[in-house]
Amino acid sequence: MLQSFLVLLVCQAGGEAIHRLTGLPLSGPITGMVILLGVMIVRRGPSPELRNSSNALLAYLSLLFVPAAVGIMPHLALLRTQWLPVVIALLVSTFLGMATAGLVVQAMNRRFRMLQAPQAERPAVAQLEQVGGAGD
Amino acid sequence: MIEALAQIGGALFDAPVTPLILTWLAFEVGRTVQRRCGGSALANPVLIAVMLIIPVLEACDVSYDTYLRGAGFIHFLLGPAAVALAVPIYDNRERIRETMGSLLAGVGAGATVACGSAVALAWWLGASGDVVRSIAPKSVTTPIAIGISEGIGGRPSMTVVFVIMTGIIAAMFSGRIFDWLGVRDWAARGIAAGVAGHGIATAQILSVNQNAGAFAGLSIGLTGLFTAVLLPVATHLLPLFMRVN
Repeated sequence: MLQSFLVLLVCQAGGEAIHRLTGLPLSGPITGMVILLGVMIVRRGPSPELRNSSNALLAYLSLLFVPAAVGIMPHLALLRTQWLPVVIALLVSTFLGMATAGLVVQAMNRRFRMLQAPQAERPAVAQLEQVGGAGD
Repeated sequence: MIEALAQIGGALFDAPVTPLILTWLAFEVGRTVQRRCGGSALANPVLIAVMLIIPVLEACDVSYDTYLRGAGFIHFLLGPAAVALAVPIYDNRERIRETMGSLLAGVGAGATVACGSAVALAWWLGASGDVVRSIAPKSVTTPIAIGISEGIGGRPSMTVVFVIMTGIIAAMFSGRIFDWLGVRDWAARGIAAGVAGHGIATAQILSVNQNAGAFAGLSIGLTGLFTAVLLPVATHLLPLFMRVN
């Protein structure tokens, strides 16, 4: 488990190196993600250990954001003076961005499936769209 | 009595292990609250943890930098965790290949709207110039957003705050918005969560649906790349940023 954690770190280091050498606007970890993806495609999948450690890490992904979120503390004074424009801008823009992306992807996926699937296969298309809702 | 407690607390915070334990404990409290609320996304564990941690730090007169000396260990794990997102992405590679066209279109449209509407609203509502510039990359994952903010003359530490707030908002409300708009396709839900709410919304949707989490993870990277290319160009083209002091 700790050994495969080393794999994650090495991919991140590779990503950092590429980020610094090329000046690519992608961060080290995101570039590292692309590297690991490439490695898994070549090796036809992750080892069970790598799967375990990434599952363990991703299960706690929310926790990892807490220290950065506490970083709001030194900015509370500023937010107190400008909280209204900030909160409205963040709320509305996040809703709009999320709605746009979701609707665009869903509409394009539907059209794509309709082009691919003849009339008779429509029920199979409906199955792909599992109803979300409860739970999230 | 309270002062003595605060003093003991302050002394405890000299050891890096204390902020680490505080962070983890506060998060576990947040998760328990979320579970008690039937797993509702509105009871966001990150938000609950922050609301527990900040008063403790203030009561013990501990600065954010001192806190980060210990909590930095947890923060560091964000890097390998982002790399680990490659595993669910790999598992969903077939579906991702099929959806590539809609994925790119969704990221482009969503990132443009999120960024453009944030800047326009903040400016229109009278936010100061550095706030407007710092808010622009708010839908992008933190390390990339910091780079963008520096590039367009924003304040990186302020950008981090806006990025985190955006992620928490997206994590709390994404499910409700998708249900309301009738977005049932899990690929679309995942992509939209990643585009608008980067890692925090990804963590939330990953706990609900693994496939959606893979799509969200991929859109974090694409949104970062897209915004990093778009924003510096837009700031040169738009006189808006010049009129804002």
